[in-house]
Amino acid sequence: MLVSMNWIRDFVDLDGLDLDALIHRFTLSTAEVEDVLHYGADTVGVIAARIVSVEKHPDSRKLHLLKVDTGSAVLDVVCGAPNVRAGMTVAFAPAGSTVSGHAIGEAKIAGYASNGMCCSEAELGLSDEDDGILDITWPVALGTPLGEFAQLTDTVFEVDNKSLTNRPDLWGIYGIAREFSALAGRPLLPIPQADLRAYDSLPAVSIELRDPSCYRFSSIQVENIHVAQSPLNMRVRLSRCGMRGINLLADLTNYLMLEMGQPMHAYDKRYTDSFVVQKFPEPFQFQNLDGQFRTIDIETLMICRQDETPVSLAGIMGGLESEIKDDTTALCLESATFDPVAIRKSSVRLGHRTDASARYEKALDPSMTVPAIARFVYLLQQIDPGALVVSRLSDVQNYAYPSQTIQLEKRFIDRYTGIPIDDARIVEILTALGFGVTQTGEGFSVTVPSWRATKDVSLAADLVEEITRVYGYDNFEIHTTRSILRPVREDPGKTLDTLAKDFLVRRVHLHEVHSYIWCDKEKFAALDLPVEDNVRLLNSVNPNHEVLRNTLTPTLLTFVAENRGYASEYGIFETGRVVKGTDERGEAAERKTLGIVLFSKDADEETLFFRLRDIVTDLLLAVKRIAPVYTKTAVTHAWQHPANTFALSADGQTIGTLGTLHPRNAKKIDKKAAIVYAEIDMPTLAALAAAPIAYREPSKFPGISVDLSFVLGQGVFFAQIASAIAALETAALSHHELVDIFALEDGASSVTVRLHFVSPEKTLTRGEIQPVLDRLVGKLAGQGIALKG
Amino acid sequence: MQEKIAQLRGAFKDALSAAKDAPALEALRVEYLGKKGSVAALMQNLRSLAGEEKKAAGQVINELKTGVEQAIKAAGEALAEAELKAQIAAAKPYDVSLPVRTPHGSYHPITLVQREVERIFVTMGFTVEEYPEVVDDYHCFEALNIPKHHPARDMQDTYYLSNGQLLKTHTSAAQNSIMRKYGAPLRAIFPGRCFRNESIDACHENTFFQMEGIMIDRDISISNLIYFMKTMLSEVFQRDVKVRLRPGFFPFVEPGFELDISCLICGGEGCPSCKDSGWLELCPCGMIHPRVLEMGGIDTNEYTGFAFGLGLTRLAMMRYGIKDIRDFNSGSLKALAQFEG
Repeated sequence: MLVSMNWIRDFVDLDGLDLDALIHRFTLSTAEVEDVLHYGADTVGVIAARIVSVEKHPDSRKLHLLKVDTGSAVLDVVCGAPNVRAGMTVAFAPAGSTVSGHAIGEAKIAGYASNGMCCSEAELGLSDEDDGILDITWPVALGTPLGEFAQLTDTVFEVDNKSLTNRPDLWGIYGIAREFSALAGRPLLPIPQADLRAYDSLPAVSIELRDPSCYRFSSIQVENIHVAQSPLNMRVRLSRCGMRGINLLADLTNYLMLEMGQPMHAYDKRYTDSFVVQKFPEPFQFQNLDGQFRTIDIETLMICRQDETPVSLAGIMGGLESEIKDDTTALCLESATFDPVAIRKSSVRLGHRTDASARYEKALDPSMTVPAIARFVYLLQQIDPGALVVSRLSDVQNYAYPSQTIQLEKRFIDRYTGIPIDDARIVEILTALGFGVTQTGEGFSVTVPSWRATKDVSLAADLVEEITRVYGYDNFEIHTTRSILRPVREDPGKTLDTLAKDFLVRRVHLHEVHSYIWCDKEKFAALDLPVEDNVRLLNSVNPNHEVLRNTLTPTLLTFVAENRGYASEYGIFETGRVVKGTDERGEAAERKTLGIVLFSKDADEETLFFRLRDIVTDLLLAVKRIAPVYTKTAVTHAWQHPANTFALSADGQTIGTLGTLHPRNAKKIDKKAAIVYAEIDMPTLAALAAAPIAYREPSKFPGISVDLSFVLGQGVFFAQIASAIAALETAALSHHELVDIFALEDGASSVTVRLHFVSPEKTLTRGEIQPVLDRLVGKLAGQGIALKG
Repeated sequence: MQEKIAQLRGAFKDALSAAKDAPALEALRVEYLGKKGSVAALMQNLRSLAGEEKKAAGQVINELKTGVEQAIKAAGEALAEAELKAQIAAAKPYDVSLPVRTPHGSYHPITLVQREVERIFVTMGFTVEEYPEVVDDYHCFEALNIPKHHPARDMQDTYYLSNGQLLKTHTSAAQNSIMRKYGAPLRAIFPGRCFRNESIDACHENTFFQMEGIMIDRDISISNLIYFMKTMLSEVFQRDVKVRLRPGFFPFVEPGFELDISCLICGGEGCPSCKDSGWLELCPCGMIHPRVLEMGGIDTNEYTGFAFGLGLTRLAMMRYGIKDIRDFNSGSLKALAQFEG
């Protein structure tokens, strides 16, 4: 929103103050100023002058020879504007003046002397209008500097609209003037208004509110209006605040909206002289004054005539048929307030947001409708003294916001601010902002003004904000808290997260990535990855993002495909969220999951698979000192390899999956590379108790090691040997390790296990452990696992 | 006798200078000092003498023995020393400037920035909380004093889900649960991933990280809030930052602020990064709205608190000079592998 400081100064005397500094205070105390513009300093010496005569230039079709009366002289001027006519009052730049930075001098144009220039709106920086020169329709003494009566010189600032969302009162100049009054410590002047009581004896305008979402509707009728165009100073102000001049009545309603924040609508009285506010049971088409037809649904509030002909889209935009025309001389005025939510919803449904709807949806003060009419009548009569009010002020109110009085304890202010602010300053600030303040024993009883009571201020904390922002946060003495020190225990999930990432990055050199929580349909399709049914996104702006992921690997695989050229070998991981459908309450079963994918063009798949298996085992040992158990399992996703998909468990709980890719998907990513993946459910892993460290006194006696080689047939897992060893339950057996493995014929393999024995009491002999070895060999032979000769 | 001794002494001298390596020295030692060695033989001969003569000869033999021992030891040490020197002279000097070929892993830049900030908060007694990405309307809006149809929801382009839930639009969604979990007094930060349903470009992402913090205690004041933010941000940026507060509207705080810090590039003089204002808008903050505290089960007669939000993604962009926000979720190792750990 653009704010003209000239306009502000109609209501607060800011003489002698540094305006730029005040505007900076506004940023710190009220709302963010995005830009400050200084107008008019580059236009000097332009005056009002009258064109006395117009003659065609003998040699030019476009140029005219003028005589221009500046009040003190009549000058010869050559002018190219198509709209020149004798008697016109124009903005005249005599030789020696400056227009928008351009110096005007005496010149010879097409053989004739020209002693100045008649200016267009564009040349004066008022608008883009450069079809002709500016026609000053308003009476003004010749020779009057333009800057004086049109207020060309102005400081205008732009406020970020978003920072005004909660302040309906700041959507008008007068509300902003109130802020400046409080910030500058200068009084706020009243807005000059007409005394409408004078018309009480006139007939009323018929108003009927048939829907509760119209809170208040006020109207008055005026006839005998003959001034068609707004005075220049009004047009200048509208232009500075970003609106175009149209005609007097439309400009006046806009002017009122900008000044008081109250949207108004002027109807041609010939078309509309009574009002019914209602919704319609059937949708229909309606043409707004922007010429657009819109479908009005059954939820949308309409302003209608008594005969139910709709004339305006309530709170959003007027209708084309009822708009002010060139020959309009009588009007019927609407000044109303509506339910902010209703206006907002209608505006969203129609996809049409206007200056009016933007204001209404902020919850405007219903007590503004009548003063706005009084102000309108005042301004209209100033501009067109012949304008005749022909109805009484008619006003119907459906709903009033409750009035608010807040008990504000001094103790509360002290506690909330943490600094001492004295009573007199508190009263001064609140009073300047329009609050009614009476001091009580404990503090203050504060009445909230109607323009702040629609939603903005209702609690003591709200009042503290009013006091502190004007007091100035820069003026706060700052100090630390006095809080009890308490130890902070880290969340186990957090601990695991840190350990796991450190392990994966620092020990096994993987790269951490972040991928999206949804499946990208297009990217998945390119890799033949099905988008599995899951919780869906209802309103994504990207049609490729419809379904949440239920597993991490596929999104990581899309990254692998995109990073194919990065290196011949790398690994990535993510600790991200997946949603495994919904739980019994219908809520998303969100799980924090660790996903790892290794990619290699150097290693074969088996090597890579075991590399990842070792990484996962090491990770579990690193974070919990638990070695996981892997068991072959059936696939749950189409992209998993039917033969090599393994469940990962620890302490009897399933915590993840490890495996290779279905060749269909592997080929799509890279025909020559090996790709393996693992996923671990982090909350389950975090919840596992870490195995304790069981310290054993080192034996003073040397141990003895024995190597045994066995033949494992195809499909027989080493786990059988491991569990047979575990079942030996011999105190002397300290540990065992796999020292050699190689392939035999028929898919069988030879494995060599080294068993380490040690006794805390003596040096063991081979003879002493032989019975144990015999038991192991015998047991394995019984399972078809033969000792290799 | 004396003659024999002198002879032996002379012979040893010659033999010692001829012994060039350790085995030769050892042989020499056995020859002279061994049980059947020359010195032992002389000792045998002593028996044939008596009295003063025997005593004097014994002394000379002992001197000879000690002399031989020391000479062999010294020769041995000299030999070892010479051997080490030869070894050093023959050693290959390594080129330590050869390129390092160790593989490296990398942390996501968000992880790095998040850890850095978390560490600061942990030292100040804050607990770090994780929170889901899928939340319900109550926690994301209602419990934060944002009722349905409140214009503040205009600011949120929310992803709504088929099961009635939504993807959290801000980390504030965790406030209510954390207040309920711990009660007051409370100091907690909750970093997390947030989602906004909008088209992405170099400056806009639909998936980004924030970190929210709350502190609730007896008599927490605006003055405390400003002090805390200044201290915390000075720690984050590793320099004394100037902060300024402006009114900012967020339904879950009252008063609410936009906090600006003096521009890190120009130091407040004004430059293109701060649009010539000298200030950077960094984080929203404010005193927690009494209704939000009440909904979190906190007694507002006893406790007040403040809350603040930090854009972790934005912080990471500032820290590392990342210009395109899409790099974070690109999975591109060309970009991400640079954050070596």
